Amino acid sequence: MLCSARFLFLIQFSSIPLPVSLSPTKSLHAQHHALADSSYQLDVLNPAQTAGAAFPAFAAKLRETGLLPLRPTEMTVLQVNVGKMCNQVCKHCHVDAGPDRTEIMTRETMQQCLDALAKTNIEVVDLTGGAPEMNPDFRWFVEGISALGRTTIVRCNLTIIVANKKYHDLPEFFAKHKVRVVSSLPHFAAARTDAQRGEGVFAKSMRALHMLNAVGYGVEGSGLTLDLVYNPSGAFLPGNQLSLEREFKQRLSREHGVTFNNLLAITNLPVSRFLDYLVESGNYEGYMDKLVQAYNPTAAANVMCRSTISVGWDGLLYDCDFNQMLELPVARTASQHIRDFDLESLQARAIVVNQHCYGCTAGAGSSCGGATA
Amino acid sequence: MNDSTYYNPADLAKFGKISEWQPEMGRKFFDYYGEVFKEGALSEREKALIALAVAHVVQCPYCIDAYTSDSLQKGADEAQMMEAVHVGAAIKGGATLVHATMMMNKAKELSM
Ligand code: SF4
Ligand code: SF4
Repeated sequence: MLCSARFLFLIQFSSIPLPVSLSPTKSLHAQHHALADSSYQLDVLNPAQTAGAAFPAFAAKLRETGLLPLRPTEMTVLQVNVGKMCNQVCKHCHVDAGPDRTEIMTRETMQQCLDALAKTNIEVVDLTGGAPEMNPDFRWFVEGISALGRTTIVRCNLTIIVANKKYHDLPEFFAKHKVRVVSSLPHFAAARTDAQRGEGVFAKSMRALHMLNAVGYGVEGSGLTLDLVYNPSGAFLPGNQLSLEREFKQRLSREHGVTFNNLLAITNLPVSRFLDYLVESGNYEGYMDKLVQAYNPTAAANVMCRSTISVGWDGLLYDCDFNQMLELPVARTASQHIRDFDLESLQARAIVVNQHCYGCTAGAGSSCGGATA
Repeated sequence: MNDSTYYNPADLAKFGKISEWQPEMGRKFFDYYGEVFKEGALSEREKALIALAVAHVVQCPYCIDAYTSDSLQKGADEAQMMEAVHVGAAIKGGATLVHATMMMNKAKELSM
């Protein structure tokens, strides 16, 4: 009797529904959230020394490494954020993107990007957003970049391809222009991907990956590159990029018949919605501490801002997409808008750093191209 | 600091300090420890999952804390982590039960 009563308890206990994390459906901006304000984000990242719990200044770390002021090396990538509009509202998004964001790059600004490109030898244009494909002039822009003989990278969130009929032919369009496709897939387990990117995202991503594979993306010998981005779904650092790649390849091909080229492991930076998640879940201090403890001088020497310039939807220039979201423009000594693009003054600038930069220098390092050390 | 409990999460970060009172053995232990967890014939992720299972079997809160983070970091998911703990539990339960054969042998020996 006693025994069966205990079992009854166990059964009841195990039937308690698991907590389901509700995916936000609105950007912080639309919620009028305090962290939608970039200056407030910087306040959170830089608590007054008197308030305690201050982490060593990132600039001081760079000085120890002999990298301050942080100077550009060779500019090889023009990263263009063509707008904050997105069909998804991922929990970790440092852009605070979503369907409710209306900031979109105009064709005129895109033309200024093309004019700047024509004056330089920058080989790669890295298109990001939001969902860059939602910009009405997206295809026009890619055609313009191709006409200049430069390579386009598109940071494609995958679900956009299956979101609407007008996007179904994106794989063919990408293939025609030999666009390098870089797509986020935080995990090969559906639950972990959906927890970060929204309910049902994993299944839609698999459909999109099949469509990309079908036109040759990620298929050996096709010359069409499909890279996946892994970023941790929580307050921890990414593991070894190569081991993760091996595991992703094995699981995706075995369970879903999907193939891809490289896995890029990217650390989540404490900016915007990921910062909000850290603060709300009580993980902020622990996470910052992990980043600071894992500071790697080699990764610091290889931070992407040394070889990239980032253009905002309105044409303003930034050292990287993170600085863009924190509204930290390039130093005043350099040209600050794409229409005034001047390579010389940009190459001579000092890169603007802050506490979020610890995300780029932790462990194996992190950039839009994955690990750096 | 709450010092009214035996276990304090903050103590995990002090693990390295055990070398202070015995540097030579401490150094050898940590060198060995580092070597064990390197990618080898087993991947780092497989080793993290084994460590997670063992952490539960030896019921060490520090190790459970450390290897939960480590397993996630190495790319394991919830299902893999729970299965690892079940492996530990099965061996622990099995180890108890397999000794029942001794009990059975002894009982038979003593019985008519
Ligand atoms: S992370 Fe990418 S896909 Fe997700 S909301 Fe942000 S821009 Fe959109
Ligand atoms: S956050 Fe931007 S500015 Fe800071 S190190 Fe990273 S790439 Fe450079």
